[in-house]
Amino acid sequence: MLDFLASIGAAFLGFLAATGRLAGFALSGIAAAFRPPYYPRLIVRQIIYMGYFSLPVVGLTAIFTGMVLALQSYTGFSRFNAESAVATVVVLSVTRELGPVIAGLMVAGRVGAAMAAEIGTMRVTDQIDALTTLSTDPFRYLVLPRLLAGLITLPLLVVVADIVGVFGGYIVSTVKLGFNPVTYLTQTETYLETMDVVSGLVKAGVFGFIVALMGCYHGYHSRGGAEGVGQATTHAVVSASIMILLSNYLLTAAFFGK
Amino acid sequence: MSDTRPPKVSVRGLEKSFGPKRVLDGVDIDCGVGESLVIIGGSGTGKSVLIKCILGLLHPERGSIRIDGVETVGLKRAERTALMHKFGMLFQGAALFDSLRVWENVAFGLIQGRGMERARAHEIALEKLAAVGLGAEVGELRPAELSGGMQKRVALARAIAAEPEIIFFDEPTTGLDPIMADVINDLIVRLVQELGATAVSITHDMVSARKIGHRIAMLHRGKIIWQGPAAEIDDSHNPFVDQFVHGRAEGPIQMEVRAV
Repeated sequence: MLDFLASIGAAFLGFLAATGRLAGFALSGIAAAFRPPYYPRLIVRQIIYMGYFSLPVVGLTAIFTGMVLALQSYTGFSRFNAESAVATVVVLSVTRELGPVIAGLMVAGRVGAAMAAEIGTMRVTDQIDALTTLSTDPFRYLVLPRLLAGLITLPLLVVVADIVGVFGGYIVSTVKLGFNPVTYLTQTETYLETMDVVSGLVKAGVFGFIVALMGCYHGYHSRGGAEGVGQATTHAVVSASIMILLSNYLLTAAFFGK
Repeated sequence: MSDTRPPKVSVRGLEKSFGPKRVLDGVDIDCGVGESLVIIGGSGTGKSVLIKCILGLLHPERGSIRIDGVETVGLKRAERTALMHKFGMLFQGAALFDSLRVWENVAFGLIQGRGMERARAHEIALEKLAAVGLGAEVGELRPAELSGGMQKRVALARAIAAEPEIIFFDEPTTGLDPIMADVINDLIVRLVQELGATAVSITHDMVSARKIGHRIAMLHRGKIIWQGPAAEIDDSHNPFVDQFVHGRAEGPIQMEVRAV
């Protein structure tokens, strides 16, 4: 019994220690923003990599999500003659929740993993130590450009995901379900409020920061060659995904909770 | 008249552990201005840890590290960055940046670390590549396109690009064939001499140690157990040094061999 309690205690202490390390890492990354030199070329490169090259995967997942959402909500609402609510459900679901969450998870899989693998490989091949010996702060050179890129890029991707997701719902509703296009668009516009879009964009900024933070953190602390880099990549994606879903609930409660 | 300057590098009572394993257990060592000190020892005896502590990449639990007589343990970030300007480092695996071209690797410390213009840094990078026997065309390649020996030479060019006062060499000949190893040793001797730099090297290659070192020290179980002029290594009268120098399995140094 004592062994069992001791193992729970050890796990809890380990969790607290890991949380402290992550918080310290995030603060070091943020503090780097207030100390020159800055590397604008690296920030732009990360924005292009994280944003432009993620457009296809985010666009595809968003359009299919909007299409499925229209189909399913039609199936449900038609049971009590509330089909007219489909447009409202699609636009609110996409802008408030599905746009930012789907884009965040896709970017975590595509970019968070790549960040962890790249920085992890630099760690195990002494490239990060080499940066330090060349009078270059790894937090300013490696971590800060990625954190800023995450913060800036994901909201832009979510704008695209919102438009494409709503368009997917529109296509299914008008072509397959027989909705009148003008009525559908009118309902979409009537019930959409600025706060719905803004809350989604704020969420996207937070998710982008989380994806970059977890990719950098796990890569920076990877150990033990190829196996360690592989583990860092897995941990980066899993932990970013969990934190996205957790923070999504907290942000939703903060924005819309009673 | 005797030299009254403090040692370029002075280490006293340095201790460093990883969990329960004490890797450095009170290391005392000095390296004079313009001297080439080689630290030898078996794998896992803490040679790399010692060099990383001096560079500030690892933080020792106890002890003192003085550079030019100034204490460096516990330096603040800005002071550490300024101190790094004195250092050059050749890593065991070269540690070249994969995403950059060769000349950008060599010029990295000049551009990012010292804010030099790219055009001027490019010129210096080509000069340094020429100094290690590599042509300008190599400068346009990526590190992955180079052989192991060429990567070591590029890393050497990077280590000397900013003309540092102290250069650290971590196993400079590991993984190279004997001829290329000798080429690297010759380059190290010549470049360190031309720069008038102080050199601290770690190696278990005795051919390399004899060639590049003015003085040799042996690290064993976290302590310096012998040090003296390179020419006296064969007359150390120390059974640990004798066993290591002659590469004998039998002797006071017992290798830890565990069944898998």
